[in-house]
Amino acid sequence: MQRIGVFVCWCGSNIAGTVDVQAVSDALQNEPGVVFSTNYQYMCSQAGQDIIKNAIAEHKLTGIVVCSCSPRMHEATFRKTAAAAGLNPYMVEIANIREQCSWVHKDMPTGTEKAIILGKAAVAKVNLNAPLKPGESPVTKRALVIGGGIAGIQTALDIAEAGFPVDIVEKKPTIGGKMAQLDKTFPTLDCAACILTPKMVDVAQNENIRIFSYSEVEEVGGFVGNFDVKIRKKARFVNEDICTGCGICTEKCPQKKVPNEFNLGMDNRRAIYIPFAQAVPKVATIDADYCTMLKTGKCGVCSKVCTAGAIDYTQKDEIIEEKYGAIVAATGFNPISMDKFDEYAYNQSKDVITSLEFERLTNAAGPSAGKLVRPSDGKHPHTIVFVQCVGSRCAACAEKGKEYCSKICCMYTAKHAMLTRDKYPDTDVYVFYIDVRTPGKAFDEFYRRAVEEYGVHYIKGMVGKVSPEGDKLMVQASDLLANKQLHIEADLVVLAAAIEPDKSARPLATQLTASMDTNDFFTEAHPKLRPVESPTAGVFLSGTCQGPKDIPETVSQASAAAAKVIGLLAKDKLTGNPCVAGSDELMCNGCSSCERVCPYGAITYVDKEFRMPDRTTRVRRVASVNEAVCQGCGACTVACPSGAMDLKGFATKQIIAEVDAICR
Amino acid sequence: MQINGEFQPKIVAFCCNWCSYAGADLAGNNRLAYPENVKIIKVPCSCRVNPMFILRAFQRGADGVILCGCHPGDCHYTSGNYYTRRRMALLFSMLNYLGIEKERTRVEWVSAAEGAKFAQTMNEFTEAVAALGENKRLEDLRCKK
Amino acid sequence: MNNSTENLQKEIIRSSGVNPKKCMRCGKCSATCPAYDEMEYHPHQFVYMVENGDIQPLLESKSLFQCLTCFACIERCPRGVEPAKLVEAVRLAVIRKQGANHLKADDIPALLDEDMPQQAIVSALRKYSK
Repeated sequence: MQRIGVFVCWCGSNIAGTVDVQAVSDALQNEPGVVFSTNYQYMCSQAGQDIIKNAIAEHKLTGIVVCSCSPRMHEATFRKTAAAAGLNPYMVEIANIREQCSWVHKDMPTGTEKAIILGKAAVAKVNLNAPLKPGESPVTKRALVIGGGIAGIQTALDIAEAGFPVDIVEKKPTIGGKMAQLDKTFPTLDCAACILTPKMVDVAQNENIRIFSYSEVEEVGGFVGNFDVKIRKKARFVNEDICTGCGICTEKCPQKKVPNEFNLGMDNRRAIYIPFAQAVPKVATIDADYCTMLKTGKCGVCSKVCTAGAIDYTQKDEIIEEKYGAIVAATGFNPISMDKFDEYAYNQSKDVITSLEFERLTNAAGPSAGKLVRPSDGKHPHTIVFVQCVGSRCAACAEKGKEYCSKICCMYTAKHAMLTRDKYPDTDVYVFYIDVRTPGKAFDEFYRRAVEEYGVHYIKGMVGKVSPEGDKLMVQASDLLANKQLHIEADLVVLAAAIEPDKSARPLATQLTASMDTNDFFTEAHPKLRPVESPTAGVFLSGTCQGPKDIPETVSQASAAAAKVIGLLAKDKLTGNPCVAGSDELMCNGCSSCERVCPYGAITYVDKEFRMPDRTTRVRRVASVNEAVCQGCGACTVACPSGAMDLKGFATKQIIAEVDAICR
Repeated sequence: MQINGEFQPKIVAFCCNWCSYAGADLAGNNRLAYPENVKIIKVPCSCRVNPMFILRAFQRGADGVILCGCHPGDCHYTSGNYYTRRRMALLFSMLNYLGIEKERTRVEWVSAAEGAKFAQTMNEFTEAVAALGENKRLEDLRCKK
Repeated sequence: MNNSTENLQKEIIRSSGVNPKKCMRCGKCSATCPAYDEMEYHPHQFVYMVENGDIQPLLESKSLFQCLTCFACIERCPRGVEPAKLVEAVRLAVIRKQGANHLKADDIPALLDEDMPQQAIVSALRKYSK
């Protein structure tokens, strides 16, 4: 029989406000096995933990139940407390009477009653707990960063700086991501390239970092400390080691009509290309969809002009297999498609552009060499209308756009408006806003400058319709404060399109078994206390793949993720999860049901000699679980027809005891 | 169970550790109320739930059993929720045959970010079970106090 | 808000199926409205006034019948508020108002003639006796 101690936490008034904690500890006092029961204001505090430690020693407790907040919050804390008092940490069970009781129920009697039942279930479970000892596994001291934007770059640099090797996988031919496409950055107006490209060079020169550009993650296996990853290095038909990046091929290639994705299709590039001058690695790539040589076998100009002999039309995709201790997702974002927003005439007029296109139009390396012109006729626009919240903050029932605020649009629109007025004081700039959201250091001051010093017209209201008329764009909008409908004859309309996670994030999350929210942003292990870790051990989050954020926030999160990775890689061994499956060999009949359902291949069959009652021996085939590989899902326990397979920590008997306690 | 003359169903909810249990916690964090009839049992994965647990719950007087797991494709263990989906489809149709109305059993996918969905699901489920009244079909009267 | 306005507000919200609280005051409905200049109260004001129970002025306003019911506001509202349905519900509230008919049931017999179909007479009596 166990000797169980029950500790009921008030959590200040969080629990005690809706649950009569004294009644709970009194009621649980009489449960079978309970020898000690008490309650205290804050069990997780030092004083609270001391109560637990003293009780373990004084009452020779063999198991404890803490009725408190969610085990996701403080299970680890109380396990450590138990271990410090010499009790096996797996003899601790938490009854979640805060998140799942006091916070969701309003009335004291029902809250108390439910808390007692949850406590009884936990006591019933602890009665059947057995001490567990976790196994250990080695750590591969190498990290993988998926995505080579500013988030991935910063994470990789920080990890490499600490002395651990890092690989960056980037699906585009160069690292740099969205930031490389920007012109200036708010609120200080530094030029994006001037602050990003030195970092890209640092990455290229750091001997701890390998860049797999034009590559994608194909398969992820293993677990924290020991991930096995297959990376597909797509054929770029250029030998990366030989190419010098001189760019002659990109000038001589006769296929000139390829939409340039770096400039968002606003101009053309060749079939062989280097995305931009500061690309890293600075290596040409052949676009197989457009290359005449690859399609018809006739051309070969690039190969003739290449003095280094780097062109290789026979190159094939290559699969690289590597082991990693930690994986960082930094897959970034994209602006959403404007297809569902017909009212803004994005698909009808070239002069209706998204903000990212505006960045390229004002960028010195962009399609117009930095001159702000209308994409349709190259003329200078005199009236520009900026529309904010295009696709952001849309209700789900509106069936277009995103429910969240994209966070960065208010600031970049202020930047665009300000820069336009600064460079071209003859332009009229209107910004239509619902709210201007500027929480950030020096952000509101920046926005006010746009209004007060640069004379940008900020109008509270929304644009309802844009109709192209001749070479003008008729903008119909509301001015809510003046209670007027406005009709503006504009030359250029700029849409602050909502941002969404990159499409590659969803399949990646499935491979990593990392969870995502309904918008396909990665979820963090805890929204406040563990914001850069995924709930999946060993997977970390960096940048906008976790939620909309601007550059300073992205960089801070990237460094935070790196710190977590370094903390993991610095360890020589990881303690595993002891809650793994185990088979009772005497009951196992060797049917292989469990082997077939195991997603990890952790179950094998061995022939074992058994002594029979009549003193003869017989060899039987029985299941054997590799505890280092088993992740403890429990699929096998249900598949097992003879009931031989059980899961430690969540044993059949324990769960049944909980069911009984709840239904009692 | 009757409280003040009103039928209060007993509901057992099995929640997987990675998505639904966290979703339930989120409902708590956001103070989204749902009926106290729902008592949650944590399991590592929805596929840990043995049909026996559900039968046991009905036998011991539960009026409804709900299973919550990660969305298909999002299982922390890659494929656990697919097993759940198949097993429960079979079990629930058998239970229905035995006279346990199909409204008393349910599988729902609730992610860690769906606190509101968790609360809403529990509200709906409790209401549906309450409308059916007490489960008498499988209840083992010997277990009754 | 007195009791009858509150009931009216509830009735309008119920019959329209619109939840005015979803409105985030962006004004896109009014930006998109082709009849804007004809109206005394604009679509976004409609939503706001119903939400605040400020319904009497709406009932008396001509703008009620200047809405074209073109549904552009419904189509473009990012929050799915559906202002045009609200306008429709207010119109119905006006029409259903007791005693607001231009005829009384007692006036009907004088208007009858032999060719009038039976059905029309019955429905007229039904309508105007409210």
